[in-house]
Amino acid sequence: MKYSRLIFANLFRKKARLILTIGSFAVALFLFTFLAVVKGAFSRGTELAGADRLVVINRVGLINSMPVSYGDKIRSIPGVKVVTHNNWFGGVYQDEKNFFPQFVIDPDNQRQVMAEMKVPDDQWKNFVSDRQGAIAGRNLAKRFGWKVGDRIPLKNALYGPTRTWEFNLDGIFTNDKEGGDESQFWLQWSYFMKGQAGWWVLKLDSPDDAVRVAKTIDDGFANSSYETKTETESAFQAGFAKQLGNIQLLIMTIGSVVFFTLLLVTGNTMAISIRERTSELAVLKAIGFTDRFVLFFVLGESLVIALIGGLIGLGLAIIAIPVVGANLNGLLPPLLLSAATLSVGLVFAVLVGAASGLLPGLGAMRLRVVDALRRV
Amino acid sequence: MAIPVVYNLRSVKARWTSAIVAVLGIAGTVGVFVAMLSLARGFRATLVSSGSEDNAMIMRAGATSEMTGGVGIDTVKIVQDAPGIARGAEGPLVTAEVVMVAPIPLISTGTDANVQLRGVSKNVLEIRNKFKIIRGRMFQPGLAEVVVGKNANIEYSGLTVGNTISLGSVRWNVVGVFDAGGSAFDSEIWGDAHLLGPAYNRPDTFFQSVTAHLTSPNSLQQLRDSLTTDPRLNVDVSREIDYYSKQSTRLTKLITVLGGLVAGIMAIGAVFGALNTMYSAVSERGREIATMRALGFGGPAVVFSFVIEALLISFVGGLIGCIAVLPLNGLTTGAMNLQTFSHMAFAFKITTELLIKGIIFALFMGVLGGLFPAIRAASLPISTALREL
Repeated sequence: MKYSRLIFANLFRKKARLILTIGSFAVALFLFTFLAVVKGAFSRGTELAGADRLVVINRVGLINSMPVSYGDKIRSIPGVKVVTHNNWFGGVYQDEKNFFPQFVIDPDNQRQVMAEMKVPDDQWKNFVSDRQGAIAGRNLAKRFGWKVGDRIPLKNALYGPTRTWEFNLDGIFTNDKEGGDESQFWLQWSYFMKGQAGWWVLKLDSPDDAVRVAKTIDDGFANSSYETKTETESAFQAGFAKQLGNIQLLIMTIGSVVFFTLLLVTGNTMAISIRERTSELAVLKAIGFTDRFVLFFVLGESLVIALIGGLIGLGLAIIAIPVVGANLNGLLPPLLLSAATLSVGLVFAVLVGAASGLLPGLGAMRLRVVDALRRV
Repeated sequence: MAIPVVYNLRSVKARWTSAIVAVLGIAGTVGVFVAMLSLARGFRATLVSSGSEDNAMIMRAGATSEMTGGVGIDTVKIVQDAPGIARGAEGPLVTAEVVMVAPIPLISTGTDANVQLRGVSKNVLEIRNKFKIIRGRMFQPGLAEVVVGKNANIEYSGLTVGNTISLGSVRWNVVGVFDAGGSAFDSEIWGDAHLLGPAYNRPDTFFQSVTAHLTSPNSLQQLRDSLTTDPRLNVDVSREIDYYSKQSTRLTKLITVLGGLVAGIMAIGAVFGALNTMYSAVSERGREIATMRALGFGGPAVVFSFVIEALLISFVGGLIGCIAVLPLNGLTTGAMNLQTFSHMAFAFKITTELLIKGIIFALFMGVLGGLFPAIRAASLPISTALREL
């Protein structure tokens, strides 16, 4: 661009203002990215849920269990590939604030149903043959600094009298899906053998069968002493996330407040800096630059500011979000910064830049040379 | 000698567009700050107000919440005779409770929420003596009847007096609505403990927790000593209010940490906005400032004057932010308690103290945004600035 020198010269006319405006953009973009990442963390469970998986729970409530023998009946329904049963363990590791989900799992089928959660074969073999065995997600193991072979004590009041149970960490699972759950703790069904399953997760031959299979299961157990409620995994997760409160609305509200403010700040700064240069623009026009050139000139300036500020903000986010995520310490699902979020942020920055340059730019375009020069 | 404040008022008026930008930036920040804190406060207040100083909660030792607790009928019998417990017309004021969650659709979204069900003793209103029935009547012991909290009545579908609902294997008549003073109980459904357990295939001799009304708040220690030294028992005794304030920690921490981060980042942005406004104010008024200095106002007076101006702008911003979020006060919203996994309604709680904190936050941003431009204004060389005339 042959006019880039002119644009840059004008940018550096007032350095303090330039730095502050770029700073405002950087802050807004950082906040945007942060909010988008938090929102993503809340809804990720729903997005990553397997389309070919159903969850069967007791109709009267999630915390009520059902006879484990129901699993055989569910498996015999055409269209069902594998079924695994899980129970909630609910133990406390050292302190109540170290919360993480613990599931008593069915070692025969868990890996087939939760195919994205990968455990190395030798570790899995140790787990299966070890009644006190346990498998932890990679994030969970990292959070507490566990290594394979560690003994992990969990205090629990749900299974008999309150006592501390000890488990051997036999393996660590990783999740193939990006940002997938790696914070679960799996325990051996054979260690507890309650005869009651908390819920089942089943894998279908095809996602198209979901409605039919769910209905067959619920109808089959209707009027029994344990009626069931079958949902797709994503509906199940969504129901759970919705109860957390309307986080989405909260985040959207804050986000729009921020963007509105940002638009005002930059628009105002652009307007001031153009107003200060009215006579210069008139001179440009007087020596033959077109109206359209003047518009692009002003727009170009605000776009450059927006782009630089935006890039700085996104850069800060890339650096800071992993740090923040590590310090939230299990309060939230892992924070994940995706390329999509970054590009949406950049597009937003450019849009705000264009919008804030447009009004002063149009004003400059419509400027009548005689009037403007007379002011000099 | 100080520069009159009228000067600042007039100059803000003369450059109102850029002042408004700074005001709005600060208003937005303060608004978010106050709203997030009031959300955390409201959640906490709802849980804390659920507990009473006068009540003791007895649960299985080591249980972290009622959901994981378990108390047999024999334990309940021993607790009833323990010292320090008040007695009513029909014996000791002790309620042995069964707690469960049932999926009931929210009216607002139509999706199921985990509603807490509580089986209680018939004298429960003597134990939680601040609660009262506001519509209909109390349930009759031995009948399939329930009363619902006033928030449950509004938030979940089908919980109106005269309706029947299906919970567990039994159909229940809703016979009344109770007011639990804005506490977590307001989101619950209460029925007879001896019927509610069996409706969920549980023996009617097994409870989750026991709540006892103490003769006085001081008799907790006496009760605790007696129960924890009894070899037949394995229980923890805590004051009801302590139990509930502990229940609120996880979600409160989440909201406070997230809200603090967001408000902190926004504050940086708002300070940038204020700095921008004040710097352009200083550069536009170079001549004015030089004239004042030439008239004999000292450097400190100029710094003071510009800081006052920044404080003025930020105070108005803070005020607008506070006023803008004020309608949130009392607004009810629902959230899941991360410790019991049950859904409860609570209200934003904006206190005077919170508003004052918001204003202080605004003034702090004002000082940050005004100080450096003010120092620059005071250090402008008089002769060069005047020459610009």
